[in-house]
Amino acid sequence: MIVAERKTIPELVDILRPHKNILVLGCGTCVTVCLSGGEREVSIISSALRIASRVQGLNFKIDELTIERQCDNIFIEQAAETIQKADAVLSTACGAGVQAIAERFPEKPVYAGLNTTFLGILEERGVWTEKCAACGTCVLHKYGGICPITRCAKRMMNGPCGGSREDRCEVRPDRPCAWQLIYKRLKDIKQLERLTEIEPPKNWNSSLSGGPRALIREDHKI
Amino acid sequence: MNANNSEPVIVAFCCHYCAYAAADLAGSGRLQYPPNIRIVRSPCTGRLEINFFMRAFEAGADGVLVAGCEEGSCHFKEGNYLAKGRVNTARQLLEEAGLEPERLRMVNVSAASSQKFAEYVREMVETVSKLGPSPVKKIIDIKDANKEQTGAIQ
Repeated sequence: MIVAERKTIPELVDILRPHKNILVLGCGTCVTVCLSGGEREVSIISSALRIASRVQGLNFKIDELTIERQCDNIFIEQAAETIQKADAVLSTACGAGVQAIAERFPEKPVYAGLNTTFLGILEERGVWTEKCAACGTCVLHKYGGICPITRCAKRMMNGPCGGSREDRCEVRPDRPCAWQLIYKRLKDIKQLERLTEIEPPKNWNSSLSGGPRALIREDHKI
Repeated sequence: MNANNSEPVIVAFCCHYCAYAAADLAGSGRLQYPPNIRIVRSPCTGRLEINFFMRAFEAGADGVLVAGCEEGSCHFKEGNYLAKGRVNTARQLLEEAGLEPERLRMVNVSAASSQKFAEYVREMVETVSKLGPSPVKKIIDIKDANKEQTGAIQ
Protein backbone atom coordinates (compact mmCIF):
# COMPACT_ATOMS: atom_id res chain seq x y z
CA MET A 1 0.00 0.00 0.00
CA ILE A 2 1.10 3.55 -0.72
CA VAL A 3 1.44 5.50 2.51
CA ALA A 4 1.06 9.27 2.66
CA GLU A 5 0.58 11.99 5.24
CA ARG A 6 -1.31 15.23 5.23
CA LYS A 7 0.37 18.53 4.51
CA THR A 8 -0.22 21.10 7.24
CA ILE A 9 -3.16 23.50 6.93
CA PRO A 10 -0.89 26.61 6.64
CA GLU A 11 0.96 24.88 3.77
CA LEU A 12 -2.35 24.09 2.04
CA VAL A 13 -3.66 27.63 2.60
CA ASP A 14 -0.48 29.00 0.97
CA ILE A 15 -0.87 26.66 -2.00
CA LEU A 16 -4.57 27.46 -2.47
CA ARG A 17 -4.46 31.20 -1.73
CA PRO A 18 -4.93 32.36 -5.38
CA HIS A 19 -8.14 30.33 -5.82
CA LYS A 20 -11.72 30.65 -4.62
CA ASN A 21 -13.72 27.57 -5.69
CA ILE A 22 -11.66 24.65 -4.54
CA LEU A 23 -12.47 20.97 -4.82
CA VAL A 24 -10.88 18.70 -2.25
CA LEU A 25 -10.74 15.39 -4.07
CA GLY A 26 -10.19 12.22 -2.08
CA CYS A 27 -9.11 8.77 -3.18
CA GLY A 28 -10.77 5.62 -1.91
CA THR A 29 -7.81 3.29 -2.22
CA CYS A 30 -4.39 3.33 -0.48
CA VAL A 31 -4.71 6.75 1.16
CA THR A 32 -8.07 5.75 2.62
CA VAL A 33 -6.48 2.69 4.21
CA CYS A 34 -3.59 4.73 5.61
CA LEU A 35 -6.09 7.29 6.92
CA SER A 36 -4.67 10.28 5.11
CA GLY A 37 -6.77 11.04 2.02
CA GLY A 38 -10.06 9.14 2.03
CA GLU A 39 -13.59 10.44 2.42
CA ARG A 40 -13.21 11.08 6.15
CA GLU A 41 -9.91 12.91 5.77
CA VAL A 42 -11.30 14.96 2.89
CA SER A 43 -14.07 16.06 5.22
CA ILE A 44 -11.59 16.95 7.98
CA ILE A 45 -9.20 18.84 5.67
CA SER A 46 -12.12 20.69 4.07
CA SER A 47 -13.46 21.72 7.46
CA ALA A 48 -10.04 22.93 8.57
CA LEU A 49 -9.65 24.90 5.33
CA ARG A 50 -13.08 26.50 5.75
CA ILE A 51 -12.23 27.49 9.30
CA ALA A 52 -8.84 28.85 8.19
CA SER A 53 -10.53 30.71 5.36
CA ARG A 54 -12.98 32.41 7.72
CA VAL A 55 -10.38 33.20 10.36
CA GLN A 56 -8.01 34.68 7.76
CA GLY A 57 -10.74 36.18 5.53
CA LEU A 58 -9.70 34.20 2.46
CA ASN A 59 -13.13 33.58 1.00
CA PHE A 60 -12.47 29.96 -0.01
CA LYS A 61 -15.46 27.99 -1.19
CA ILE A 62 -14.60 24.38 -0.55
CA ASP A 63 -16.35 21.44 -2.18
CA GLU A 64 -15.66 17.79 -1.35
CA LEU A 65 -15.69 14.60 -3.36
CA THR A 66 -14.05 11.21 -3.01
CA ILE A 67 -13.71 8.76 -5.89
CA GLU A 68 -12.75 5.12 -5.74
CA ARG A 69 -9.33 5.50 -7.35
CA GLN A 70 -7.62 8.62 -8.65
CA CYS A 71 -4.97 6.77 -10.68
CA ASP A 72 -7.55 5.29 -13.02
CA ASN A 73 -9.35 7.17 -15.79
CA ILE A 74 -12.53 5.12 -15.41
CA PHE A 75 -12.99 6.49 -11.90
CA ILE A 76 -11.72 9.98 -12.73
CA GLU A 77 -14.58 10.27 -15.23
CA GLN A 78 -17.05 10.15 -12.35
CA ALA A 79 -15.51 13.34 -10.95
CA ALA A 80 -15.12 15.16 -14.27
CA GLU A 81 -18.18 17.39 -13.93
CA THR A 82 -17.33 18.48 -10.38
CA ILE A 83 -13.69 19.06 -11.30
CA GLN A 84 -14.70 21.24 -14.25
CA LYS A 85 -16.74 23.49 -11.95
CA ALA A 86 -13.83 24.11 -9.57
CA ASP A 87 -11.10 26.73 -10.00
CA ALA A 88 -8.54 24.34 -8.57
CA VAL A 89 -8.32 20.80 -7.25
CA LEU A 90 -6.62 19.81 -4.04
CA SER A 91 -6.04 16.11 -4.48
CA THR A 92 -5.58 13.97 -1.40
CA ALA A 93 -4.31 11.02 -3.43
CA CYS A 94 -0.74 9.77 -3.72
CA GLY A 95 1.59 11.49 -6.19
CA ALA A 96 0.40 9.15 -8.95
CA GLY A 97 -3.23 10.13 -8.39
CA VAL A 98 -2.46 13.85 -8.37
CA GLN A 99 -0.62 13.52 -11.69
CA ALA A 100 -3.36 11.40 -13.21
CA ILE A 101 -5.89 14.16 -12.44
CA ALA A 102 -3.56 16.86 -13.73
CA GLU A 103 -3.00 14.95 -17.00
CA ARG A 104 -6.72 14.42 -17.51
CA PHE A 105 -7.55 18.11 -16.89
CA PRO A 106 -4.71 20.03 -18.56
CA GLU A 107 -6.16 23.47 -17.89
CA LYS A 108 -7.04 22.91 -14.26
CA PRO A 109 -4.55 23.64 -11.46
CA VAL A 110 -4.18 20.42 -9.46
CA TYR A 111 -2.30 20.45 -6.16
CA ALA A 112 -1.13 17.70 -3.84
CA GLY A 113 -2.72 17.77 -0.40
CA LEU A 114 -0.54 14.97 0.90
CA ASN A 115 3.13 14.09 1.03
CA THR A 116 3.45 10.61 -0.45
CA THR A 117 5.95 8.89 1.78
CA PHE A 118 6.49 5.21 1.08
CA LEU A 119 5.22 1.74 0.16
CA GLY A 120 4.44 0.00 3.38
CA ILE A 121 2.09 -1.88 5.62
CA LEU A 122 0.02 -1.25 8.70
CA GLU A 123 2.27 -2.72 11.39
CA GLU A 124 -0.04 -2.02 14.31
CA ARG A 125 -2.98 0.31 14.86
CA GLY A 126 -1.82 3.79 13.83
CA VAL A 127 1.69 2.66 12.80
CA TRP A 128 2.75 2.23 9.17
CA THR A 129 6.22 1.08 8.21
CA GLU A 130 8.12 1.08 4.94
CA LYS A 131 8.62 -2.33 3.36
CA CYS A 132 9.37 -1.82 -0.33
CA ALA A 133 11.41 0.72 -2.28
CA ALA A 134 10.02 -0.39 -5.67
CA CYS A 135 13.63 -0.80 -6.85
CA GLY A 136 12.55 -2.85 -9.85
CA THR A 137 14.58 -5.99 -9.18
CA CYS A 138 13.24 -7.89 -6.20
CA VAL A 139 15.80 -9.68 -4.04
CA LEU A 140 13.46 -10.81 -1.29
CA HIS A 141 13.99 -14.48 -2.15
CA LYS A 142 17.64 -14.19 -1.15
CA TYR A 143 17.03 -12.58 2.22
CA GLY A 144 14.26 -14.65 3.75
CA GLY A 145 11.57 -12.18 2.69
CA ILE A 146 13.12 -9.17 4.45
CA CYS A 147 14.25 -6.39 2.15
CA PRO A 148 17.73 -5.07 2.94
CA ILE A 149 17.29 -2.24 0.44
CA THR A 150 14.27 -0.79 2.17
CA ARG A 151 14.72 -1.85 5.74
CA CYS A 152 18.49 -1.49 6.18
CA ALA A 153 19.30 2.22 6.56
CA LYS A 154 22.58 1.64 4.67
CA ARG A 155 20.93 -0.51 1.98
CA MET A 156 23.58 -3.16 2.50
CA MET A 157 23.35 -6.19 0.25
CA ASN A 158 26.03 -7.96 2.29
CA GLY A 159 25.34 -7.09 5.89
CA PRO A 160 25.29 -6.56 8.72
CA CYS A 161 27.22 -3.32 9.07
CA GLY A 162 28.25 -4.02 12.66
CA GLY A 163 26.79 -0.83 14.01
CA SER A 164 23.53 -2.19 15.39
CA ARG A 165 22.89 -1.97 19.13
CA GLU A 166 20.69 -4.52 20.89
CA ASP A 167 19.15 -5.51 17.52
CA ARG A 168 18.29 -1.85 16.82
CA CYS A 169 19.48 0.05 13.76
CA GLU A 170 22.23 2.55 14.58
CA VAL A 171 20.80 5.10 12.13
CA ARG A 172 17.21 4.79 13.37
CA PRO A 173 17.25 3.31 16.89
CA ASP A 174 13.45 3.14 16.83
CA ARG A 175 13.61 0.56 14.03
CA PRO A 176 14.97 -3.00 14.17
CA CYS A 177 18.23 -3.86 12.38
CA ALA A 178 17.14 -5.42 9.07
CA TRP A 179 20.17 -7.71 9.04
CA GLN A 180 19.32 -9.02 12.51
CA LEU A 181 15.86 -9.84 11.14
CA ILE A 182 17.32 -11.42 7.99
CA TYR A 183 19.67 -13.62 10.05
CA LYS A 184 16.90 -14.75 12.37
CA ARG A 185 14.50 -15.44 9.51
CA LEU A 186 17.03 -17.39 7.43
CA LYS A 187 17.91 -19.41 10.52
CA ASP A 188 14.23 -20.15 11.17
CA ILE A 189 13.65 -21.33 7.61
CA LYS A 190 16.98 -23.22 7.58
CA GLN A 191 18.55 -21.21 4.79
CA LEU A 192 21.46 -19.65 6.68
CA GLU A 193 23.86 -20.86 3.99
CA ARG A 194 22.49 -18.09 1.76
CA LEU A 195 24.55 -15.64 3.82
CA THR A 196 27.78 -17.29 2.67
CA GLU A 197 27.15 -16.08 -0.86
CA ILE A 198 28.55 -12.66 -1.71
CA GLU A 199 26.03 -10.49 -3.44
CA PRO A 200 27.48 -8.27 -6.20
CA PRO A 201 26.65 -4.54 -6.24
CA LYS A 202 23.04 -3.93 -7.22
CA ASN A 203 22.19 -2.69 -10.68
CA TRP A 204 20.10 0.39 -10.00
CA ASN A 205 19.07 0.83 -13.64
CA SER A 206 15.74 -0.82 -12.91
CA SER A 207 15.16 1.78 -10.21
CA LEU A 208 14.70 5.54 -10.59
CA SER A 209 18.38 5.84 -11.58
CA GLY A 210 17.38 4.53 -15.01
CA GLY A 211 14.86 7.36 -15.49
CA PRO A 212 11.05 7.27 -15.22
CA ARG A 213 9.84 3.71 -15.58
CA ALA A 214 7.06 2.31 -17.72
CA LEU A 215 5.64 -1.18 -17.90
CA ILE A 216 4.36 -2.30 -21.28
CA ARG A 217 2.38 -5.51 -21.50
CA GLU A 218 1.93 -6.39 -25.18
CA ASP A 219 -0.50 -9.17 -24.23
CA HIS A 220 -2.87 -6.60 -22.78
CA LYS A 221 -2.46 -3.85 -25.38
CA ILE A 222 -5.08 -3.24 -28.00
CA MET B 1 -26.17 31.72 17.79
CA ASN B 2 -24.96 35.00 16.35
CA ALA B 3 -21.83 37.11 16.36
CA ASN B 4 -23.37 39.80 18.56
CA ASN B 5 -24.24 37.37 21.32
CA SER B 6 -21.48 37.62 23.87
CA GLU B 7 -22.59 34.46 25.69
CA PRO B 8 -20.42 31.60 24.42
CA VAL B 9 -22.09 28.57 22.96
CA ILE B 10 -20.42 25.29 23.77
CA VAL B 11 -21.32 21.97 22.22
CA ALA B 12 -20.83 19.16 24.73
CA PHE B 13 -20.53 15.65 23.33
CA CYS B 14 -21.36 13.35 26.26
CA CYS B 15 -21.12 9.58 26.27
CA HIS B 16 -24.30 7.75 27.19
CA TYR B 17 -22.89 5.60 29.96
CA CYS B 18 -20.97 8.14 32.06
CA ALA B 19 -20.91 11.82 31.13
CA TYR B 20 -24.53 12.03 30.01
CA ALA B 21 -25.60 10.20 33.16
CA ALA B 22 -23.50 12.66 35.21
CA ALA B 23 -25.19 15.58 33.43
CA ASP B 24 -28.56 13.98 34.11
CA LEU B 25 -27.67 13.51 37.77
CA ALA B 26 -26.55 17.14 37.95
CA GLY B 27 -30.01 18.09 36.73
CA SER B 28 -31.81 15.78 39.14
CA GLY B 29 -29.65 17.07 41.98
CA ARG B 30 -30.48 20.69 41.05
CA LEU B 31 -26.80 21.52 40.62
CA GLN B 32 -26.20 24.89 39.04
CA TYR B 33 -23.93 25.25 36.02
CA PRO B 34 -23.89 27.80 33.20
CA PRO B 35 -26.59 27.26 30.55
CA ASN B 36 -24.11 27.76 27.70
CA ILE B 37 -23.72 24.11 26.80
CA ARG B 38 -25.71 22.21 24.21
CA ILE B 39 -25.45 18.53 25.06
CA VAL B 40 -25.22 15.96 22.28
CA ARG B 41 -25.51 12.41 23.58
CA SER B 42 -23.26 9.85 21.94
CA PRO B 43 -23.30 6.09 22.55
CA CYS B 44 -19.60 6.34 23.40
CA THR B 45 -16.93 8.99 22.93
CA GLY B 46 -15.25 6.44 20.65
CA ARG B 47 -18.05 7.16 18.17
CA LEU B 48 -16.93 10.76 17.83
CA GLU B 49 -14.88 11.55 14.75
CA ILE B 50 -12.54 14.49 14.28
CA ASN B 51 -14.92 16.00 11.74
CA PHE B 52 -17.72 16.11 14.34
CA PHE B 53 -15.64 18.63 16.29
CA MET B 54 -14.53 20.49 13.16
CA ARG B 55 -18.12 20.79 11.89
CA ALA B 56 -19.26 22.11 15.27
CA PHE B 57 -16.70 24.90 15.00
CA GLU B 58 -17.59 25.48 11.36
CA ALA B 59 -21.22 25.88 12.37
CA GLY B 60 -20.21 28.59 14.83
CA ALA B 61 -19.64 26.86 18.18
CA ASP B 62 -17.36 28.87 20.46
CA GLY B 63 -16.15 25.76 22.21
CA VAL B 64 -16.53 22.00 22.15
CA LEU B 65 -16.43 19.87 25.27
CA VAL B 66 -15.99 16.13 24.91
CA ALA B 67 -16.99 14.27 28.06
CA GLY B 68 -16.35 10.56 28.35
CA CYS B 69 -15.98 7.88 30.99
CA GLU B 70 -12.99 7.89 33.30
CA GLU B 71 -9.92 6.28 31.79
CA GLY B 72 -10.05 2.52 32.26
CA SER B 73 -13.81 2.43 32.77
CA CYS B 74 -15.21 2.94 29.28
CA HIS B 75 -18.29 0.81 28.73
CA PHE B 76 -16.81 -0.17 25.36
CA LYS B 77 -13.33 -0.63 26.86
CA GLU B 78 -11.30 1.78 24.75
CA GLY B 79 -13.70 4.37 23.30
CA ASN B 80 -12.48 7.17 25.54
CA TYR B 81 -8.86 6.45 24.62
CA LEU B 82 -9.77 6.70 20.93
CA ALA B 83 -11.56 9.97 21.62
CA LYS B 84 -8.53 11.31 23.49
CA GLY B 85 -6.32 10.78 20.44
CA ARG B 86 -8.89 12.30 18.12
CA VAL B 87 -9.41 15.34 20.35
CA ASN B 88 -5.65 15.90 20.42
CA THR B 89 -5.45 15.65 16.62
CA ALA B 90 -8.40 18.00 16.22
CA ARG B 91 -6.76 20.51 18.59
CA GLN B 92 -3.66 20.40 16.38
CA LEU B 93 -5.80 20.97 13.29
CA LEU B 94 -7.66 23.88 14.90
CA GLU B 95 -4.38 25.49 15.83
CA GLU B 96 -3.13 25.07 12.26
CA ALA B 97 -6.35 26.63 10.99
CA GLY B 98 -5.92 29.62 13.32
CA LEU B 99 -8.36 28.78 16.14
CA GLU B 100 -7.24 28.48 19.75
CA PRO B 101 -6.93 24.75 20.64
CA GLU B 102 -8.26 25.52 24.14
CA ARG B 103 -11.69 25.82 22.56
CA LEU B 104 -11.75 22.01 22.38
CA ARG B 105 -11.28 19.98 25.52
CA MET B 106 -11.82 16.41 26.62
CA VAL B 107 -12.75 15.55 30.19
CA ASN B 108 -13.45 12.27 31.93
CA VAL B 109 -16.29 11.93 34.41
CA SER B 110 -17.97 8.93 35.98
CA ALA B 111 -21.76 8.54 35.98
CA ALA B 112 -21.84 9.53 39.65
CA SER B 113 -19.64 12.65 39.29
CA SER B 114 -22.32 15.29 38.78
CA GLN B 115 -20.34 17.87 40.81
CA LYS B 116 -17.29 17.24 38.65
CA PHE B 117 -19.36 17.56 35.48
CA ALA B 118 -20.78 20.92 36.60
CA GLU B 119 -17.26 22.06 37.50
CA TYR B 120 -15.89 21.11 34.07
CA VAL B 121 -18.72 23.03 32.38
CA ARG B 122 -17.97 26.11 34.49
CA GLU B 123 -14.25 25.83 33.64
CA MET B 124 -14.99 25.45 29.94
CA VAL B 125 -17.36 28.42 29.87
CA GLU B 126 -14.75 30.50 31.71
CA THR B 127 -11.96 29.47 29.28
CA VAL B 128 -14.06 30.17 26.19
CA SER B 129 -15.39 33.47 27.59
CA LYS B 130 -11.80 34.64 28.08
CA LEU B 131 -10.97 33.71 24.49
CA GLY B 132 -14.01 35.62 23.19
CA PRO B 133 -16.42 34.67 20.41
CA SER B 134 -15.12 32.25 17.80
CA PRO B 135 -13.69 34.16 14.82
CA VAL B 136 -15.36 31.60 12.55
CA LYS B 137 -18.84 32.93 13.26
CA LYS B 138 -17.87 36.54 12.58
CA ILE B 139 -18.62 36.08 8.93
CA ILE B 140 -21.16 33.36 8.76
CA ASP B 141 -24.13 32.34 10.82
CA ILE B 142 -25.14 28.78 11.43
CA LYS B 143 -27.68 28.63 8.59
CA ASP B 144 -25.05 29.52 6.01
CA ALA B 145 -22.66 27.00 7.52
CA ASN B 146 -25.27 24.30 7.17
CA LYS B 147 -25.91 25.27 3.57
CA GLU B 148 -22.24 25.00 2.74
CA GLN B 149 -21.82 21.57 4.21
CA THR B 150 -21.31 18.66 1.93
CA GLY B 151 -19.91 15.19 2.42
CA ALA B 152 -20.45 12.69 5.19
CA ILE B 153 -22.14 14.85 7.81
CA GLN B 154 -25.23 16.67 6.72
